Order: sequence, then C-alpha cells, then structure tokens
Amino acid sequence: MLVFILKRLMLLPVLMFVFSIVSFILIQAPPGDFVTSYVAELAASGSSMDQVQIEALRNLYGLDQPAYVQYFKWISRILQGDLGLSLDFQKPISELIGQRLLLTVILGLATLIFTFMVALPIGIISATRQYSFFDYFFTVFNYVGVATPTFMTALILMWFAFSNFGITITGLFSPEFADASWSFAKAVDLAKHIWLPMVILGLDGTARLARILRANLLDELNKPYMEMARAKGMPEWKLVLKYPLRLAINPLVSSLGWYLPLIFSGSLIVATVLNLPTIGPLLLRSLISQDMFLAGTIVLTYFGLAVIGTLLSDILLAWLDPRIRMEEA
Amino acid sequence: MSSETLSPDQNLPEEADAISVAPNWKLVWWRFKKHKLAMISGIIVIFIVIIAAFPGFFSTQDPSESRTRGSFIPPQAIQFWDNGPALFAYAIEGKRNPRTLKMEWITSETKKVPLRLFGRGYEWEVLGLFKTDIHLLALVNPDDPPVHILGTDRLGRDQWSRVLHGTQVSLSIGLLAVFLSTIIGIVLGGISGYFGGWIDMFIQRLIELLQSIPPIPIWLALSASLPRTWSVTQGYIAITAILALITWTGLAREVRGRFLVLREEDFVVAAKLSGCSQLRIVFRHMVPTMSSHIIAAVTLAIPVMIINETFLSFLGLGLRPPAISWGVLLQEAQNLQSVALAPWLMLPGVAVIITVIALNILGDGLRDAADPYH
Amino acid sequence: MNPDIILSIRNLKTRFFLDEGTAKAVDGVSFDVSRGQVVGIVGESGCGKSVTIKSILGIVQKPGEVVGGEIFYRRRDDGVQEPINLRDLDDRGEEMRDIRGNEIALIPQEPMAALSPVHTIGNQLIEAVRLHRDVSREEAANICIARMGEVGISNPEERMGVYSWELSGGLRQRVMIAMALVCGPKLLIADEPTTAIDVTTQAQVLNLLRRLQKEQNLAMIFITHDLGVIAQIADYVVVMYLGRVMEQGPVDDIFHNPQHPYTSALLASIPTIHSGTREELPTIGGSIPHPFNRPKGCPFYPRCPGFIPGKCDRFTPVPSPVSDKQSVACFLHSDAAEETE
Repeated sequence: MLVFILKRLMLLPVLMFVFSIVSFILIQAPPGDFVTSYVAELAASGSSMDQVQIEALRNLYGLDQPAYVQYFKWISRILQGDLGLSLDFQKPISELIGQRLLLTVILGLATLIFTFMVALPIGIISATRQYSFFDYFFTVFNYVGVATPTFMTALILMWFAFSNFGITITGLFSPEFADASWSFAKAVDLAKHIWLPMVILGLDGTARLARILRANLLDELNKPYMEMARAKGMPEWKLVLKYPLRLAINPLVSSLGWYLPLIFSGSLIVATVLNLPTIGPLLLRSLISQDMFLAGTIVLTYFGLAVIGTLLSDILLAWLDPRIRMEEA
Repeated sequence: MSSETLSPDQNLPEEADAISVAPNWKLVWWRFKKHKLAMISGIIVIFIVIIAAFPGFFSTQDPSESRTRGSFIPPQAIQFWDNGPALFAYAIEGKRNPRTLKMEWITSETKKVPLRLFGRGYEWEVLGLFKTDIHLLALVNPDDPPVHILGTDRLGRDQWSRVLHGTQVSLSIGLLAVFLSTIIGIVLGGISGYFGGWIDMFIQRLIELLQSIPPIPIWLALSASLPRTWSVTQGYIAITAILALITWTGLAREVRGRFLVLREEDFVVAAKLSGCSQLRIVFRHMVPTMSSHIIAAVTLAIPVMIINETFLSFLGLGLRPPAISWGVLLQEAQNLQSVALAPWLMLPGVAVIITVIALNILGDGLRDAADPYH
Repeated sequence: MNPDIILSIRNLKTRFFLDEGTAKAVDGVSFDVSRGQVVGIVGESGCGKSVTIKSILGIVQKPGEVVGGEIFYRRRDDGVQEPINLRDLDDRGEEMRDIRGNEIALIPQEPMAALSPVHTIGNQLIEAVRLHRDVSREEAANICIARMGEVGISNPEERMGVYSWELSGGLRQRVMIAMALVCGPKLLIADEPTTAIDVTTQAQVLNLLRRLQKEQNLAMIFITHDLGVIAQIADYVVVMYLGRVMEQGPVDDIFHNPQHPYTSALLASIPTIHSGTREELPTIGGSIPHPFNRPKGCPFYPRCPGFIPGKCDRFTPVPSPVSDKQSVACFLHSDAAEETE
C-alpha cells in the first residue's frame, strides 16, 4: 500500500511538469506577445506606458528570447512562489487567486459530498427495485439532470427566486461579509449561501453517478457469488450491502478521478452566472482581456486541483480493492 | 451426423423459427422496438434532424432580420379555434409607459392576424441548392405585423426562427465533433486494445493524462486564443476541432474495452488460427461485431458535445455572432437583468434539454438493444 | 413418505419468462433423496439440471419462477416429524434462509466466480458460520480452520487471510466444500463441482467428496454431464433431457440395463478401454432443440432412433416403472402419456 502511494506521488511532479508546459503553450497561443497587445489596449483607453517600462516588462518575461527560455523564466519564478503581476488588475496574481482558490476548493468538496450522499441511495434503490416506481422516477430525474446545462439550472432558479420572492440569489456571501476577514460569522454566512451553487453544480454529477452505480449494481446482482451468498442463507438486504455494493462502488471511486476535475471546471460556468467569488469568473475575465499570465496561472491551478483529485481517488481505490493494491505495488 | 435432416425445428411456429435464424442487426432492431421510450425518442430525433436540414421552411422570419422597434416582444400563442377550426394569432401592440419610458406589449383581444399553412414569406435556400419562399406557417396578408411564437430578443429578432436555425448549427457541430473524435477514438482505441503491450500502455497513459485535464478551462483558453478576425465558418471548424480534441478519450476507452473482451472470444482465436492477417481480423471480424456498440456510444456522445458547445458559446468564447447556435442565443440570457425582463430568452435552453434527453434515451435504447445482457 | 427419504420432489415445474418466449426449464421433474444416498443428475448442458437445484434452494431469480409441484423436505430426521413443502415457504423468509446453507448446502460450479474477489476467504467462511450459529468471530474462525483442515487445505490459518484469486482452482473448490460443510448440513448439493478444475485435481476432489459423504452419512445431489463421474460417485441416477426426467434408477441398472433410448445413446458415446482405436465413437445425432421451440410430444423424438411416427411426436410420455426401482418415460415401454391440453 505504501509502495503504491509512493509510486503515485512520484508521478506527481512529472504530471505537473507536463501540465505546466500545456499552460505555457496556452499563454503563448494568442497571436502577438501580450505586452504589445497590452500597450495597444492602453493606447485604446487613452493612457500610455513609457518605453523604459515596456522594455522592463519584455526583459522580465524574456520576450525576445526563444520560447523555452521564456518557459524556464516563467516556471522558475512560479516555483519560487512569485506568480507575477496581473496586467489587467495591476495586482499580484497570488493576491487575486488566494481567497478565490479557497472558496473554489470549498465549493468543490461540498458538491462532491452532496453528490455522493444523494447518488448512492438513488443508485441502490433504482438497482434493487428495478422497474419500480422509484426506478422510473429517478430515471426521469437522471435524464433531466444530465440534459440540463448547469447554467440553465442556475438561470431558472435565479429567475424563479427573483420573480416570485424578489430576492437575488447570487454570490457566496451577504454584502456585509464579502470583504470582511474570516470569522465564525462569515463561515456561517458562507454555509447559508453555498448550498444553492452546490446543488446546481451537483445535479448533473448526481444523475451521472447514480446511473453508473445502478448499472454496476445490476451487473453485480447477477453474479454467481450473489447466488452463492443466497444459497448460504443470507438475508437479501445484507447481501446487497455486503457484496455487490462493495464491488459496484469501485468504478464509482475511480470516477472521482474525472469527476473532481469536472466539478472544479464546471463550477466556472455556474460561478459566472451566479457571480461567485471563485477562480472561474477570473479566468473568463482574464481570457477575454487577454491577460494571459493570469489565465495561464489559473489554468495551471485547475490542473493542480485535478491532479490532486486523481491522486486521492487512486489511493482510495487501492485501499478499497485488494486486487489493485497487489497488482500495482 | 446422419440425422441432421431430422431438424428439431421442422414443424414449429414460424415466428419462433425466425428468432433462431435472424441476423444480429435484426435481433437488435427487435429488441429496440420493444423499448417504447427509445422509439419515441428516435422519432423526436428524426424530427429534429429534419428541422436542422430545413430550418428555413419552419421559420416565420429571417433569423438575422432585426427590428429596433420590436425588441423584447413576449411569445404569442397560435390559435386554432375561432368558432370552428382556424389559424391565427392575436395581434400584439406596444405602448411606451409614460413613467418608465419602457415599451410594454399588450395582446389585443380583438385584432386577429390570420395565418396559413404553406404560405409565402421571406426567401430561403434549400440545402444550398435552390431558393424558395414557401414556409410551413406564413402570414395571409404580408402587410400584417409578424407573429413571434417565441417572442423577440434585444434587437427584435424572431426567436422562434433563431432557435430553428440554431438547431442546424448546434446539431451539426455535435455530429461533426463526434465524427472526428470517433475516428480518433476507434483508431487509437482499436490499436491499444488489439495490440496490447507497450503500445497499449502508452495510449492508455495518454488517455489518462487527457482525461485528468479539466476540459472547460482548456476549451476556454483554446477558443480565447482564436483570432477574432476569423469568419463564422473558420470559427465553426475551429470550435468543432477543439471539442473533438479532448472528448475522443471516452470513445477510445470504450473501443479498447470491447477489443479486450473480443480478443479472447473463440471466433477471433479461430480466425487467428486459420491464418487471417491481423488487419483482416480487426476489420473483418472485430469491428462489425462492435458496430452496434459503437453506434450506441456515438449516439451518447453527441449530446455531450451539444452541451459543451452551448457552454462555450454561452460564455462568449465559442461561436460568435452573427453565427446562430443555441449557446449564442442563450448568451442573451446571461444575467439576471435580461432574464427578469424577458424570461423567454431562456427558451433556447428548452431546445437543448429536449434534444439532449431524446438523444440520450435513444442512445441508451440502442445500447440495451445491442447488448441485452449488460 | 418413507422415513429414510429426506427430500422428495414431485412434479416440479420452473419457467423462465423471457421476451422471446417462455422457456420450460424444468417441466415436471420428480425424484427422491434418502439419507446417506448420492443422487446423480445427468444430462447435456441446458437440460435443466442446475435450475432444478436452484428451485430446491429457492434461489431462482427473475425472470425465472417455480410455477408448480412440491418440494417435500424433512427438517428433523427422527422420522416422526412430517415433511414440509419448501414451496410453501417464502424464498426470502427466515425459515427458508435458516434451511439454506445450514441444512441444505451448495457447492457451486465455478468457485472463482462464486467467491467475492474483494473479501478474504476467511471473511466469507466466517460469515457462513455466523449466519446460522450464534458464535463470536474467533469461535467461528476456529470452526472454519478446522473444516479447512478436514477438506485437506494446508496452512488453514494462513489461508483465511488470502483472497480467492490468490488460490489455485483445486484449492478454491476445497474452500467451497469447506464453506458448504461449516454448518454441518444434512443435504449437500454439488453443481458440477469438477467442471472448472483440471483432471488430476478432479479425481482428488471427487474422492474427498465421497469420503466426506460416507463419514458424515450425508445425503447428496450431484450434478454432472459426465457419466464417468456419475459411475464413480452416485448410488442412484436421474437422466434429464430438456427439463424432463427420461429415466431414473439405481446406478447399476442405469449403466447395465438402460431402458430409454437417450440413456443408451449417452452410454454408447462414452469411450471405453475395449473399443478399438480406429473405431468411430457413436454420437447422438442432431442437437438439443432451442428451449423456446420444444418439440411437441416427447422432447427426444427428433433425435431418437426408436421414433414411432404419429405417437412420439403427438403425445408426451410420462415416467412409468419398469422394475421396482427403475422408471422410464418412453412409449417403447409403456403407453402412459401426459394429458394433452
């Protein structure tokens, strides 16, 4: 088990190296270098920058040098903890991302827990009571859940709350807490606001996971070991909870590997509609204003979150399934 | 085996006999037919495809034509009964509120706008071949004010016609992107599953790497880097490619999994023993066996693409106006202000939901029919 | 009912209601099992052997259903208590579960598939004990270790902690036998226990089963398609074809004096040491009909050498005795036919 975890941990730097290159390519992707477009933008808005400042910026990012030099300049600064400056906001990137990253992670984890807590019972009931009223009801629920884009759910709920109760359900905090420093009262305020984006964000995933679990369980329910357990005289409910669920849950855990990144990036869209202070809307804004270093850093942050999510799901899976533990150790 | 002539099936009912000799596709079709919901979904999908092919025929107005004095008109209901079967809509009249200076639209209860089926309207092109001005629904009197079944948007464009034209773009992007990713998926998944070994290892790691990438930020960053000067067609192709680039992994996994199962099957081993070349085994024996699974997987992948295109365009980084897709239309409903003012701007979302549900149920039905024991 | 008989099956009918039609998997099967007796059920695959024992255990799953007949079972073998009809019990109810695994135990066909891959052997053995005995984990573990020793598994303590896929095929089947025996059952049902393992191990497992059965005076139902195995282990043989019993009787009568053409054909297809090397081995012509398309009349007539036109293809023969122990369902011996509907 320890060997397995160590192996996975060793993979981590490799993955992050690959991902940092991908992020850098994205930074470089827009035509022209960003200093030029920044100067152009400044000129368009009426202000300007003197030649010395422009040269200093070009030197800092090594814009006159080949791409790999630029990459190493960028990555070595990041490794030293210096994320650089956002040209658009004129603020250090670390300052912009810090608080938002925390809220992104909190929202992601809350959604994950919500999803599993709802999807597990739905999946079990649907599979064990196949073709019952519940099964049909949840089947309909699942189809609608998967088919509705998250922003549509957000829009509809927002409109419903506004037109019926005259309230705006945006943001993660009440106005008085938005810029306040962390306190117990602020955490309570967050808890009051987070459930809605959590439900909206989790709906699609809940539907998917419940469907996966149902299919897996139905598969397992026909396996000979189920027959054997019945032949042993085991009560039916105990049977379902001990054997098939235990096996059906493995693919579900391995789905965490793709589901967690999906939550984080899916929160981007919901956050934009609901105006949440997470890193999503920031990425969107930086992309539209071509603030590519901010954008690249945020994309890299998303990669980081995804890699950690995959790592956690791998470890959990190895802990759950002895076959994987033995095979890979 | 001399008594082979004494077939046990000789005096049996014909229907039962048919089952044992039916080819695979026929069995799949019989099983599919039993899935009522999937049948209905299939019909809905066919209908959507027809709309996507001839959006002009079903439209009532040119989707790009804007009328500044007709913005945010609410949806108008078509009436079918007026002391007997009829076809008309009540006229809608705008009055400027003297206090807020906002236009307010009031449906007249007396003034009727007569409509007719297969009437004449604006000119549209049939599949780019020839032009016609016949529409399913048209004004009897061309001078009457236009009827907006789904209301109008900020610029007074007819939303009904725009949703129908959006169907063409959204559906075809979905199809094209899936087509691209299916090719990549089948080739790489097939190679991976058939050859195994280090090739499989390499492709699997690549897939895992791509799957662990959160797709939306990548899509956003890629589409943000497209030059803004690109034409609608260039943008369309680029967005399709971007969508396909990341989603082929799911299909590749599916194909590989199938290959791994099939590789152990007796008929493949038999083909190998009788000296078939590897290519022949893959394309003559394995691919046809998988085709129903592939069709099902592809059907299930299209709605995912449609939703993703909607996401991108909704955020303003996918297709850009003047292109019309469901996502582009929904961009109009991006904030609470516009939604509160004109809730019907969310209606293109209903088109997305219906299409995605129909495709998903159809895909599930196909999959169940292809593989009833899974 | 003879006090020695602990299980008596009368006219058992099990059907599978599938989309393509209804399959009569078991169609009017009757036989008895006495204490200390090994009843072998033999037949080609798809003849309803496995479904018969699933019906006895009450573990037929949808779309299958036991639709008719009786399964009399004597819970206490003092010969005083009246036998109960297992069909009257709820399949999932407490009493039936108390019988399953405790009094009637199953040895499955494929031990690999019948063991959960994510639970240890010990976990699954202990569970089998604790479902029926009110003992602590440690006591249960001790019982299991003792049983594993009895069935010839070396290092039983160590083996408790391993997973099924870490064992060899023979060992896995021994584990299944140990699991069947942990509660001291009266009736053992072995569903082709030797098909999934190689020939040398097969003999060992058969000997082990025979020894355990003799030592503990167990009643046993042994299912196989292999007549050679039947000859080694069974006292009494039931020959099945397409869900119906063709012939049944003591093993010697069946092997030396077969009455049904199907039994004769099966016996003729076994290679013997006396047959010449270049001789062609007789086979049974044709193949088993599709379960949805059973022929009208006797199920075997399309492949039968003694087919009587106008009779076998119109009426269904029912078992009738040819001696005091042997009975056969064939018009060559008796005109007894099933009431046609």
